[in-house]
Formats: sequence, structure tokens, C-alpha cells
Amino acid sequence: MAVIRDVMPAFELVQPNSIADAQKVLEQQGEDGWVLAGGMDSFDWLKDRIKKPKVVVDLSGVSELKGVRTTADGIEIGAMTTLTEVVEHPVIREKYKLLADSAELVASPQIRNQGTLGGNVSQDARCWYYRAGWPCYRAGGNICYADTPEGRNREHAILQADRCVAVNPSDSAPALIALDAKFVIRTSKSERVVDAEDYFIGPEVDITRLHILKPGDLLTAIRIPSTWAGAKFYFEKIRDRNVWDFPLLNVASAMVVSNGNIDRIRIAVNGAAARPLRLKLVEDAVQGKPPNAATGEMAGKLAVQGAVPLQFNAYKIPLMRNLVKRTIGGVEEAKWTPYNGQ
Amino acid sequence: MDPLQWAIDPWGKTVPIHIAWFLIWVAAIAGLLFVIVHAIYVRYFAKPREFEPEAAPVILAKIPEKVPRHSLTARAFHWIMAASMFTLLFTAFLPRVGVQFDWVTYHWIAGTVLTASVIFHIFHASFFLDFWSIWPDRIDVRDARRRILRFMGKPAPPPERFAKYPLENKLYHGAIIVAGLSAIVTGVFMMFRVRTIFFPRNPYLFSDMTWGMMYVLHGLAGVGLIALIMMHVYFGLRPEKRPITKSMIFGWMSRDFYLEEHDPARWPVEAAASPSRSRETKTEGLPDVG
Repeated sequence: MAVIRDVMPAFELVQPNSIADAQKVLEQQGEDGWVLAGGMDSFDWLKDRIKKPKVVVDLSGVSELKGVRTTADGIEIGAMTTLTEVVEHPVIREKYKLLADSAELVASPQIRNQGTLGGNVSQDARCWYYRAGWPCYRAGGNICYADTPEGRNREHAILQADRCVAVNPSDSAPALIALDAKFVIRTSKSERVVDAEDYFIGPEVDITRLHILKPGDLLTAIRIPSTWAGAKFYFEKIRDRNVWDFPLLNVASAMVVSNGNIDRIRIAVNGAAARPLRLKLVEDAVQGKPPNAATGEMAGKLAVQGAVPLQFNAYKIPLMRNLVKRTIGGVEEAKWTPYNGQ
Repeated sequence: MDPLQWAIDPWGKTVPIHIAWFLIWVAAIAGLLFVIVHAIYVRYFAKPREFEPEAAPVILAKIPEKVPRHSLTARAFHWIMAASMFTLLFTAFLPRVGVQFDWVTYHWIAGTVLTASVIFHIFHASFFLDFWSIWPDRIDVRDARRRILRFMGKPAPPPERFAKYPLENKLYHGAIIVAGLSAIVTGVFMMFRVRTIFFPRNPYLFSDMTWGMMYVLHGLAGVGLIALIMMHVYFGLRPEKRPITKSMIFGWMSRDFYLEEHDPARWPVEAAASPSRSRETKTEGLPDVG
């Protein structure tokens, strides 16, 4: 079982200074290799001796992976760009504030200084049982300890659970989905670019991973097209401790209103399933309708269709319903919430 | 290489969690090797088969041109079971070799179909067919001994023609019973661990050790079925077995093939019987492989 140790376990540390070198090492090591970005997720695993990689590839020296670049069609953010840099970047704040708002609510300032955007979207599940090293489905075993009558499952999934009921804990992921971001992945054979929503996978596809990265693959950058630049954004995160916590639920939306009706909208929710969910049905249902409380009410009800609560997380259903409602018609109502958006 | 994967449960006990997945490849290679060796043996080394003299002309004269073998019910069972079995194997093992998709729902639905069809088959075969025709009898054992002796070049009288099913077919059916029922029984219990429409989840139905053994048995049965199904498909496609395969589609085999392979005394056929309406003497789990 998990025992916090004061020192790191022994492993070989590789510190490449280029993407090519990093990718080469990761390809050689396969499942024995471990990608270290900011270390905010990795160090827990390593110190607890639950994940025991032979080789850790520290990407902090790869300058190609850092920084925000303006492109012909938007911006490209290196995967190793820190969350603080994302929050403070002037172009992001001006055109893609949804991402800045979501990144600003990640953990604490210290963690945002060290944690990276690539690490935030690629972090592992925070289920107690999984993180404690128990042999659950996600760890390769044959049981979910959280999905039992006695299991502590207050933070777990209400949608799309399949054996494992852990949820994706990323705050930036739903914002990136709402912004229609593209994730750039370097594999041993080529470079792939996938839609943000396709970067994440549920247990029905692979119960041991939250994303599509396989051993040897590397997330190098995230591209945000200008499609939604300057749109009406909404982000809200609900957590137990407002100073520093993972989301119980969060919601992100980008909306373009014309002639008083919703012209285009993208909505994503995280903390409800093992992957951030883009609410495509809701988007289709509200398109062409006025962004008011009635539309929001309808959207909220539609969003939670099919939700199955566990023993201790039924509260997430009305919570998700209301968050989705606010993304459309309840922005004014949401002003009193502890959301820090300016 | 440990054929099982182990874990430490929350109480500190080492328990098995499932088979090691390299056994998938072991089973596939074993099945492939069997196919290759058998094909080479039949092509280059096998001697023409010899049987005891055929039955009296008066009996032969009563054999119809189309000999009824499988009723429509039996054939429907066979193909439903085949479809569910293939679905189960693909949904179980493709994700293990890198083909990722939403497999669990398809798997338990296919397992439910298989379970229902096997329950039906047991009932149907026990009360409406000749139950014993698929089990080895004394003549099978005696003839197996004769065939082995003759294969080794030792003197022995030729064996009799087969009853409805050759001994190899009966042994295969036995192997399918063991592997299939193991997979089904463990699979039904494993459905308590996932969300289905049948019963509420209860992962604490058994201890971690018992659950682990159940997963191991399910996995072993599964990989065993990979090899068995490969052999079955191979025999179903072999030229000399095609009349048997066709009988699982159309319900009958030709008089010539019947007389060449089967003994009317051991598998009597009614002369006037219509293939589609005749009452079978027995159906089996899968088409003949003998």
C-alpha cells in the first residue's frame, strides 16, 4: 500500500534538450519510460513507489516545448509551458480568456508555477483507491473499490462509467475542448494532430489510461485556432476547498451570439466522467435559441440525461445540471459564486 | 514467465488477478501449429482409411439420397452459438493486442446469448435428441485402439465406420464443454462486477482470492477456446470435411458420403424421412471436426 517516502526511488534520469532526443529515449524505453513534465503528478506516484519506471525523461530542458507562439490561425502553446505563463500571457488573456480562467483555478500559485499545460491535461486519475496502489481495474486488476456500497465515491463519475468510476481531474481540458484546440502528438513514426476531445479516452476504450498517449508518445504542443477568439466564455469550477483543490465538477463554454440567439456554442464538462465530456447534444439543442434562463434550464436537463449516481455522489447530477444552465443563461446568477473571472 | 498476473490486495495478501496476456499468443500459435502439422500429415503421410465391410445391400437400399443430419433448430443453435463465440473472443482479446474499443458491453451481451443458447442446447439435447450419440462408446474406444495400432504398423482389424459422430468429434465436443462451461459459469459471476441489466453490482460476492481464481479460470478457458475454435474452423474448411460443414447449413449430407463414413447400424436413418422435417438422433455443440 501507499507509503509516502521522503526520498525519490532509484531510476535513471534522462534530461534531453530536444524533442527528437526525448522521443527517441521514450521509444527505446517503451513501458519502462516515464515522461516528467512539471512533476506535480509524477512525484506522488514515484515517492509512493506505486509507479516504478526504470527511466524518467525530464522534459524541463527541452526549450522547443515551452512558450506561446502566435500562428497564422491562432496560437500554439508548448506542452511544457507552465500554467502561470498561460494565465499571464497577453494574447491568451485577450482572445482565449477561457483557458486563462481555467488555468488560474488549478491548485495553488506554487503549483501553477511548476505545473505545465501538457501535464495538466495528461495527469492521471485522483481516485483514492487507485492512488493508494490498490489493485483496481485502472491499475490492471479486476475490481473497482470505489464502485461499491461502502466505497468512498463522492468525487467519482456519474456518466459513462465502465467498471472504473474515476474521473479526469483536469481544469484546462474542458476549456481546451470548448476552444476546439488541437493536440500535437509526436509518435515514433510521425506527428499526429488530434482534436482536444479525442485526446481523452474512457475506461470502455482503455481502462488504464485517461488519454491516448501510448508508451513512447509525446504531447508536444496544443494549438488553439482563432475560431472562438473573443467569443463569450464561461468557466466555473466547483471544489471542496476554494484555495486549492481538484474539481468536483467544472464547466467551460464558448458561445457566439448573433441577433439575440446562440449562433455557435461549445460546452465541455469535467469531473463527471473518466474523460472531459463535450456536450454535443446540448450544443445542438440550444443553437438558434436565445441564451436565457429557459434555454439554460433545458440545456441543464439534457446534459445530465443518462447520469447514474454512485452511493455518495448523487449531488453531482443537480450540480452539473446547474453548471450547464449557467453557461447559457445564468451568467448573471453566477456572479455571486467564488469564480474569480474578471 | 509467470502464466498468471498477481497483485497484493488491500489486506496484504497476494492474489491472482488474471492470466498473463502472452498466453493469448501461446494459444494462437498452438492452434496454428496444430493446423500446419495436421495439413502436412494429411497431404503427405496419411494412408487411405480402411473400414470394416459395409452393411448388407438390403440395408443400404433403404438409405435416401439426402441423409438428414441436423434439424433446423440444431443448426440455428449452432450458428447463434458460433456468432456469440466469435464475438466473445474478438471482444475479449482484440483490446489486449492493441485494438481499443468499447468492448465490455458487447462482451456481456454476447456472453448472455451464449449462455442462453447453451442452456437451450442442454435441454434440447437431453430431452429431444439422442443424448448419448455425442459421447464416446465402447466401439469408439475399441476402434481408437485399432486405429492407433494400424497407424503404428501393427496388425489389427480395420475399425468400423463411424456412428453419427466420429470419436475425434466427440472428444472435441468434450473439450468445448469443459472450456465453454468454465467460461460461462465464471462469466456469469463476473457479470456481478460490471453494470448489466440483470442484477445489481456486487464486487464483494467472493473474496479477492476467489475472484482472482475466477478471472484466471475465465482467462484460461478463453485462450483455450482460441486454439479450439481455430482447429474447428480449420476442419470445417478442409475439403474432405465440407460435406459435414454443409450439413450444418442445409441439414443433410449425401448418401454417398454417409455410406463412406458412417455405419447404418450405428447411425440408422429412416428412408422416407424428409431432411427438413426429420427428427434428429442428436445434435452437437459445434460441427464435426473428426
